Amino acid sequence: MIFCQRDAMADQRDIASGRLDAASYAAGLQTDSKPPLDRGRALIEASRCYFCFDAPCVEACPTGIDIPSFIRKISTDNVRGAALDILEPNIFGGACARVCPVEELCEEACVRETQQHKPVTIGLLQRYATDRFFETGEQPFTRAPASGKRVAVVGAGPAGLACAHRLSRLGHDVTVYEAKPKSGGLNEFGIAAYKVVDDFAQKEVAFILGLGGITVEHGKTLGKDVTLDGLRKDFDAVFLAVGQAGVRAAGVDGEQIDGVEPAVDFIARLRQAPDLVALPVGRRVVVIGGGNTAIDAAVQAKRLGAEDVTLVYRRGPDEMSATRHEQEFAQVSGVRLKHWAQPSRFIGNNGALTGVEFECTESKGGRLVGTGKTFVVPADMALTAVGQQLVADPVNAGARESLALDGGRIAVDDDGRTSLKGVYAGGDCVAGLDLTVQAVQHGKIAALAIDADLRR
Amino acid sequence: MADLRTNFAGIKSPNPFWLASGPPTDKAYNVERAFAAGWGGVVWKTVGDPIINVSSRYGANDYNGTRVAGFTNIELISDRPIDVNLREVKEVKKKWPDRAVIVSLMVPCEEPAWQSILKQVEKTECDGIELNFGCPHGMSERGMGAAVGQVPEYVTMVTKWCKTHSRMPVIVKLTPNVNDILYPAQAAVDGNCDAVSLINTVASVIGVNLDTMSPLPEVNGKGSHGGYCGPAVRPIALRMIGDIAREIGPGLPISGIGGISNWHDAAEHIAMGAGSVQVCTAAMHQGFKIVEDMIDGLSNWMDSKGYRTIEDFRGKAVPNYMRWENLDMNYEIKARIDQDACIKCGLCHIACEDTAHQAITATRENGIRKYEVVDQECVGCNLCMLVCPVENCITMERIDNGNPYTPWTEDPRNPANKIAAE
Repeated sequence: MIFCQRDAMADQRDIASGRLDAASYAAGLQTDSKPPLDRGRALIEASRCYFCFDAPCVEACPTGIDIPSFIRKISTDNVRGAALDILEPNIFGGACARVCPVEELCEEACVRETQQHKPVTIGLLQRYATDRFFETGEQPFTRAPASGKRVAVVGAGPAGLACAHRLSRLGHDVTVYEAKPKSGGLNEFGIAAYKVVDDFAQKEVAFILGLGGITVEHGKTLGKDVTLDGLRKDFDAVFLAVGQAGVRAAGVDGEQIDGVEPAVDFIARLRQAPDLVALPVGRRVVVIGGGNTAIDAAVQAKRLGAEDVTLVYRRGPDEMSATRHEQEFAQVSGVRLKHWAQPSRFIGNNGALTGVEFECTESKGGRLVGTGKTFVVPADMALTAVGQQLVADPVNAGARESLALDGGRIAVDDDGRTSLKGVYAGGDCVAGLDLTVQAVQHGKIAALAIDADLRR
Repeated sequence: MADLRTNFAGIKSPNPFWLASGPPTDKAYNVERAFAAGWGGVVWKTVGDPIINVSSRYGANDYNGTRVAGFTNIELISDRPIDVNLREVKEVKKKWPDRAVIVSLMVPCEEPAWQSILKQVEKTECDGIELNFGCPHGMSERGMGAAVGQVPEYVTMVTKWCKTHSRMPVIVKLTPNVNDILYPAQAAVDGNCDAVSLINTVASVIGVNLDTMSPLPEVNGKGSHGGYCGPAVRPIALRMIGDIAREIGPGLPISGIGGISNWHDAAEHIAMGAGSVQVCTAAMHQGFKIVEDMIDGLSNWMDSKGYRTIEDFRGKAVPNYMRWENLDMNYEIKARIDQDACIKCGLCHIACEDTAHQAITATRENGIRKYEVVDQECVGCNLCMLVCPVENCITMERIDNGNPYTPWTEDPRNPANKIAAE
């Protein structure tokens, strides 16, 4: 009987808010998916660290945090020392503790992983140290004597702010131009809510800006409100950290149907929603893609009350850019993962989405091909997460000389220098891992290069 | 199934595991719980003129997340009237006739005081007495405990009184707070003791509260020294037991005390000569149930080694316990690293490089860390093996250099031998 009712409803669009009671929203979306360690558990975990020589975990960290050192300091209750070991090389140490795919970076390299398949929980320990330190409200960094130089940073995400912070510490004045009304980049707009609860992204931004010497101008879009040429004229150097604002389309029929949208838009809407209870979500949601954005969108849709959430990826689990840990997290959160299928069209009824048709795929000599076999997943909402890309036009808009690109991203040398003199770039707009921690390192490296070049 | 029955200086118990004189053996309630759990015997908390204790009383060393690696107390002897204690001793012994019940005693160094208490204790029909010449705090300042144990003449004198005025077996409990344990041990023998037990606690300050600047444990912002025990003191006990077993010989029964937490620790004490073992800190940490694994584990280990009784392996390590000068100067070992088992923590390298003999190199082979022993530099010190977190990854391999056993006393490199040769 129930099946009949459901089938009858299948053609009716069902996107609604308030599917759950208020407590469930709080539990699912406003509570840490990885609960923080208290002191007792932190000490036990810290005691598991061998304090390796030439520690593999350090090498695996894009920002090169001295992990054995900060863990040892946790074990002796030297939390301030531990936090500074983290924040000195990585000013976003708090965010990275929450969002880094540690199981593919430091924790994968941990010798305890080699030995026991149970690495030291470095991410949680990093969070313990930074959380405890932030509670003190101390601003540990100071600015060098004023250099008289001014640097423009475009983009107030991790790369931009990491660069700005380092530049300010080195004595330069920084103006950050950010298109969005808030700073923080993907930490604020693009990452699942349960990874950065309690408005952490904004608290971290406040800590970073607390150093002084950094002005952020929100609502300033490159190519519209400011131009690269203008910035080059007005400032001694420019750091571009514009990320990847362009969302790749699935490229199949029906993408304009109501109910189909990029996953990043859905996540940003959720992250900025003043009241999650009022946020609509489809009863049946299909997410297309294999990265962390796809996982974040799928799990959050589920936790908003979607009844069925299916994540479809065109290749197998090993090829997904979401880590195995993230995949399992999605599965235990009730998301169905379906591999080896690609969307062939979005199906609508009266302009509203009713399902997504997929074609099965297979790998032939490493090349992905459709098998011709299709199936339909009924859906009220489809979220596409098939990749993002740099939108280069605004960067080069009206420029006398244009910026060299490489593989669709801004070409840079090892220190973040672009093809244009005085212009540097980092974060997701250049080639790399597309991770917060990588962006921070880009910003830091570029700041050091800018400083060196300005003092030359 | 191995036979764990013990006959220690005529005192019989179903197994060698006794609870040492201390808080766990302060009254019938605790002792009966211990016997129900399986303990072979108890040494009743020291009976004497009742004292008044302070609070707090205990402190502990935690190490790397492990609680109570070392333990200290500033408690005194029993705070209960002598007659109450002795009445309970009598009742318990009657109820548990197969278990060893020994009464620890401490009264001032006057013969009538000892004579009087011995008469009372005898009536309990307990199995023996243990003379508390070891307590290093509080009582020693009143001329008892370690204050007696540190003066061999007093040890002999009081032991003699006890042997004169009592038919009970007398165990003399020795303090480790001496330069050479052989003096008080010999003094006990000279007083005709039936056995010795050791070690009592080590005089210590367990820590300092860095906020209040009070030594620990803290009594209203102040602290005084206490007695250290628990796993941390086991090596001290093994050495002193071994010294007595080697120098005084197997004729003197030794009850081993000090840091025994499990059957393995107990087996080591027994191998070094102990005929029974006494436990306190481990029970205070985890309760009486720990004796189950002690009994079970010791029995299983004995079976695996073919030891039928405790006597079969008691003291077996003593003939191998040498003075340094008798060790073989020609014995040569080198560290060997199992590259397949290595997890690349680098601890062997940094320990050797920073603090030892620069005998382990750190290189990369196609980016992979590699740690290798430089045989010419390796002196066979064991450090790398000890710090390596992987079992059997680093082993010490014997190098057959063809040289015969040569102790330092006969080694040509010994300046004394050169002089003799000249």
